[in-house]
Amino acid sequence: MTEIPEHLRKRAEEARAKAAAAKAEPEAAAAAAPSEAESKIPAHLLERAKAARSKAAGTGDVGESVAAASGGGTALATAAPPVAAGPGGHTQRLLTVVKSGSIQDVKASPQDKVHVWPHLLSIEFVASLLCIGFVLIFSIFVNAPLLELADINKTPNPSKAPWYFLGLQEMLSMFHPMVAGVLLPGLGLGGLMLAPYVDRNPSIKPEDRKFAISLFTVFLMSSAVLTIIGSFFRGPGQLFVMPWVQGLFFEL
Amino acid sequence: MAKTMQNKGSAKLGEITDKMQASQAWNSIFRPGSIFRKGYTDSPRNRSYVIMNSVLYHLHPVKVKRHAVKVSYTLCLGGLSFFLFILLTVTGIFLMFFYRPTAAQAWNDIYTLQTSVTFGLLVRNMHRWSAHLMVLTVFLHMARVFYHGAYKPPREFNWVIGIVLLLLTLLLSFTGYLLPWDQLALWAVTVGTNMMGYTPVFGNQVRFVLLGGSEIGTDTLLRWYVLHVLMLPFVIVIFMAIHFWRVRKDGGISGPL
Repeated sequence: MTEIPEHLRKRAEEARAKAAAAKAEPEAAAAAAPSEAESKIPAHLLERAKAARSKAAGTGDVGESVAAASGGGTALATAAPPVAAGPGGHTQRLLTVVKSGSIQDVKASPQDKVHVWPHLLSIEFVASLLCIGFVLIFSIFVNAPLLELADINKTPNPSKAPWYFLGLQEMLSMFHPMVAGVLLPGLGLGGLMLAPYVDRNPSIKPEDRKFAISLFTVFLMSSAVLTIIGSFFRGPGQLFVMPWVQGLFFEL
Repeated sequence: MAKTMQNKGSAKLGEITDKMQASQAWNSIFRPGSIFRKGYTDSPRNRSYVIMNSVLYHLHPVKVKRHAVKVSYTLCLGGLSFFLFILLTVTGIFLMFFYRPTAAQAWNDIYTLQTSVTFGLLVRNMHRWSAHLMVLTVFLHMARVFYHGAYKPPREFNWVIGIVLLLLTLLLSFTGYLLPWDQLALWAVTVGTNMMGYTPVFGNQVRFVLLGGSEIGTDTLLRWYVLHVLMLPFVIVIFMAIHFWRVRKDGGISGPL
């Protein structure tokens, strides 16, 4: 016999008791026969089940226990476990119908997508080819600087930092080192890092974020201007020069 | 006669190809479904397989939004920064074969590299120019991302990683600046590290650790060499891996304006 979980067995018993209560008490015995005829469980299995049940109960004849199994509710509680079938012999039943969208809410709408191959990979390939081509051709015609051997006793005039620090160096000539070398770059870097947490505006449309865009443009432009001044407009002694008059004091 | 010879030849070639593609060695190299196993004819399924069954799947999904492949939207700046990093690694490895990071040898090694090593000058030029270019592309990539508002949720943290990558790029470029050990390198780094000394509280200590002394010398060269060829590349690769992973996890590149 199949094993039935305790709670399911109890539930089935209750259902059966309810069905039996609805019918008139004298009809119970009569009803037993048709319901058994309706059953889809093969006859020989039913026979075997009956035999097992009567054996377990150890009382009365076969017919009485069959009547109890199919119709009687209260008698069954003390008797053997029931057959693994609901009323009418069904082994499963429909619990509920869940309509789509009532529990899961599918938010994704279909997007216009293209395959990475060939659409994206070909673009990347061409971009990298152009990039390496540019670097190669530029390197053939322009040599990297190699000045004379380093000499700690011979300070060149002017001495300049690498170009991406020349904005900083330019600020150092304008403000106190604490401000130019620490405060302003620290603020700039901290501001950049915190930008997504400070800027709570959810829109990405340029017309909605005039302040953020203006601020960032001021940052970009000021660093570009400072770098250009530091690179091309500073000569010996960090004095202001015109590159087209005094020449370039700049090495990459 | 010639034609039958040719047919025979191509038949033989096809036979060898079939045999090779059926071998265990070949099949151990390429994943099931790889186009190198089953050949490629243009179909939506095969287009997916190209990505799905190759190492590219680490970098790209099978499909992207249509606007993401518009060159005018990204200008390829992030991808170019990564490509320049690869180019810098390759040329940098070449340079490492000819360079010793000591004050007595560094400049001579670079000079010899330029004058007597085949393609030495060219490779050094490429390394230098792509380094400057990479600083530029990383910076412009940041600007592009800002103007598109692509740092907004859910991409906030990837923006922070991006700033770290910008800093690491600058540090990589700056540590490489010293290595030729010429007047330009020495004094640019002197000026740069003097700026570092203005940092309050621990500025001088940081400067001391980085220089390996109170002024630039052969110890500095060794330190910056190790930083340049080993430590900073190691760190930047980890951050790049997280950066690229987050790009995909946060839903690919940002939407159109």
